[in-house]
Amino acid sequence: MNEQVATVAANERRLTIARAMAEAIALEMRTDPSVFVMGEDIAKLGGVFGNTRGLLEEFGSERIRDTPISETAFMGAAVGAASDGMRPVVELMFVDFFGVCFDAIYNCAAKNAYFSGGNVKVPMVLMTSTGGGYSDAGQHSQCLYGTFAHLPGMKVVTPSNAYDAKGLMTTAIRDDNPVIYMFHKGLQGMGWLGTEPGATVHVPEEAYEIPFGKAAVVRKGTDVTIVGVGMGVHHSLKAADKLAAQGVSAEVIDLRTLVPLDRDTVFNSVAKTGRLIVVDEDYKSYGVTGEIIATIAERDVSVLKASPQRVAYPDIPIPFTRPMEQFALPNPDKILVAYENLKRARTWRWL
Amino acid sequence: MTPTREQKFWMYRNMLVSRFHEEVIEQIYLEGKKPVFNMANGPIPGEMHLSNGQEPCAVGVCAHLKPADVVTSTHRPHHVAIAKGVNLNKMVAEIFGKKTGLSGGRGGHMHIFDADVNFACSGIIGQGMGPAVGAALSRKMQGKEGVAVAFIGEGAVNQGAFHEAMNLAAVWKLPFICIIEDNQWGISVAKSESTAVPDNSVRAQAYGIPGYQVRDNDTYEIFRVAGEAIERARNGGGPSLIEIETYRLAGHFMGDAEGYRPAGELDGLRAKDPINVMRARLGSEEGLTDEQDEQIKAECRKLVDDAVQFARDSEYPAAEEAMEKVFV
Ligand SMILES: Cc1ncc(C[n+]2csc(CCOP(=O)(O)OP(=O)(O)O)c2C)c(N)n1
Ligand SMILES: [Mg+2]
Repeated sequence: MNEQVATVAANERRLTIARAMAEAIALEMRTDPSVFVMGEDIAKLGGVFGNTRGLLEEFGSERIRDTPISETAFMGAAVGAASDGMRPVVELMFVDFFGVCFDAIYNCAAKNAYFSGGNVKVPMVLMTSTGGGYSDAGQHSQCLYGTFAHLPGMKVVTPSNAYDAKGLMTTAIRDDNPVIYMFHKGLQGMGWLGTEPGATVHVPEEAYEIPFGKAAVVRKGTDVTIVGVGMGVHHSLKAADKLAAQGVSAEVIDLRTLVPLDRDTVFNSVAKTGRLIVVDEDYKSYGVTGEIIATIAERDVSVLKASPQRVAYPDIPIPFTRPMEQFALPNPDKILVAYENLKRARTWRWL
Repeated sequence: MTPTREQKFWMYRNMLVSRFHEEVIEQIYLEGKKPVFNMANGPIPGEMHLSNGQEPCAVGVCAHLKPADVVTSTHRPHHVAIAKGVNLNKMVAEIFGKKTGLSGGRGGHMHIFDADVNFACSGIIGQGMGPAVGAALSRKMQGKEGVAVAFIGEGAVNQGAFHEAMNLAAVWKLPFICIIEDNQWGISVAKSESTAVPDNSVRAQAYGIPGYQVRDNDTYEIFRVAGEAIERARNGGGPSLIEIETYRLAGHFMGDAEGYRPAGELDGLRAKDPINVMRARLGSEEGLTDEQDEQIKAECRKLVDDAVQFARDSEYPAAEEAMEKVFV
C-alpha cells in the first residue's frame, strides 16, 4: 500500500487527497478536543485509503479508534456522541457498505435536528470512499451520490482535488450538521489502485474552509457547459482539452458539494453557453444528472439551445470484468460523443 | 466421529487443490503488477483475498455436505468453494473475468455463484448469514432435503446480521450451521481488540443452541464437530455455532504489507501449516508414502493447471454484455 506523493515543485506543497484529508482532521483535532475519529482500520493502518495516516501516532487510541466491523453500532454511536458534545469523524470504508448502517444515517443523523425542532445537533462527518474503475466489482465500486443527496438532512461533499479536499473537510468538521464526505478512490493518491494525477495539487499548510454550496468554475468557456463532481471533473477537463482542439470552448463546473447545490453557478453558465452536458459516475436514473438538468428546465428552459446530455453510469450493477466495467464507466470520449449528440439534438430557439 | 480413510484422502486432496489454486492465482495476480503494484492491472485485477492456511475449515465441514446442501461464504471464498464442489474451470474463468466464468465475468472473485452445488459468496461482511438461514427455512417449508451452512470470519460476528440471523435460526429451529473461521484478524484489527469475548462459541448460549470451539486448525476435530452439528441439523435438531481457530497465512488481500502483524507470528503459523500436518497424519495413520504423495499432488496440481489453462484460453465477454442479466 504505497502512497504516491507527487514531486514537490518550487515553493509548492503538493498533497494527495488522502494526505489533505488527514491534515485537515489533524488541524481540527489540535484545536478542538471534541473531534475524534472512528472506523475500521483507521488507526494502526491509517485507513485503507490513507486518509487517517499519522493520526494514531499524534493523538493516541482514545481519540483515534479502530472499531469492530459493526457499522450499525458505530454509526449510531457517532450520532449519539455528536448529540452529546463530541464531533465524531467516522469512516465507512466503502460507501457500498451503507446498507448495514443506513438507519442511523438517514433516519437519525439526518432527521434529529428537525425532529427536535432544532434543539438537537448532530455535528458528525461520515467520510466514505466511492468509485470504481479497477475491477473491484459491484459491492466495492459504487458512488451512490444520488442516494445520499436525495434524502434531506445531510450535507454531501464530493472533492475532486486535494486543495478542495482539505478545505471541505475543515468546513465539514466545523459544521453543526451531519456531513457525508464522499472521496473517490481513483483520486485518492493511492498508487496501489491507480490514481488521477490531476487530483494531487498544492495545499496550504494552515487550516482553511471552503464554503459549502459554492461550485467552482474550473475552466472558463463559451460554447458548452460540462458539469461534474469528483472523478467526473477530471473527465470533463480532459474532454474540454479535446474539444478545444476542435475549436469548441467548454466551460467546466465542479459542483464540489451536492447538498447544498449551487444551482446559480450552473444556471448562469448554461444561460451563457446554451448547452449542457452532465457527467456522473453514479447510476443515471433518479440521480445527480437528472437534478442538474431539472434545475435548468425549471428555471428557464429557453436558455437551452439543444437538449441536455448526460454521461452517467448505466442502470446496471457494476460488473467485475474489465471490458464490461470500462464499457459502463464515464470517460472523456463519451463526453465528446455527448457533445456530438448535442449538436445533432433539435434546437428549439425557433420557437 | 472420525474420518474414514476415504474421507481423509478426500479432505487432503481438496486441501491441496485449494492451496495450489491460491498459489497459482497469487502468481498470476502479480502479472502486470510489477514493478508498480496497481490493482487495476494484469490478467486478474481487483482485490484478491487468499485462503492459504484456512483449508481445514472448508474440508472438515464440506466433507459432510452434498451438492443439495446450501453454503454461503465470504470475500475469502476459494477454499470453501472448492470443497463444496464448485466447478473449478468455471470458477477460475470467473476470477479472470472471462465469458466462460460462472457469471460470465460479472461477479469476479468475491461473487462466486454456482447454483449446481448451491454455493454463493459475497463481499459485505456478515451478508451470507441471512440468506443461509433463509435457505434453511425454505428447505424446512418445502420438506426438501438439505441443510444450510454459513461460513463467516471472526470479524463478522460483530455485525448485527450475525446476531439477528442466529436468533432467527434458533427460534425457528432451522437446519442451519454457522461456521466462524477465526483467523484472528479482520484486516489490520486483531480479534482481541474488536471482540468482547475471546471465544465466540460462547455466544451460542445467547440463542439457546450448541456452541463449539475447535482449536488450532485441527482438520479431524473440525470434521468431528461439524459432522455432529450437521447430523443434528439434518435430523431436525436445529442450528449450531462452531468457531474454528484457523490461520491466515497470507495478507488480508494481495498487496497488504501486513505491518500490523506482530513479528514472528507468521513464521509460527507457517510452522503449523495444516497441509503438512495432514500429510504427516496420512503417513502415520494410512501409510501414505512419498511416492504416493507426489502422485496425489501431481493430480491436484493438474486440476488447477487445467482450470487456469481453460481460463486463459477463454474469451472475454463482449463489453455490451454488461447490460444483460440485470433482470432474468
Ligand atoms: C459491512 C462491511 N464492512 C466492512 C467491510 C470491509 N472488510 C472486508 S474484509 C474485512 C475484514 C473481515 O474480517 P473477518 O470477518 O475476520 O474475515 P477475514 O478477512 O479474516 O477472512 C473488512 C472489514 C466489508 N466488506 N463489509
Ligand atoms: Mg478474520
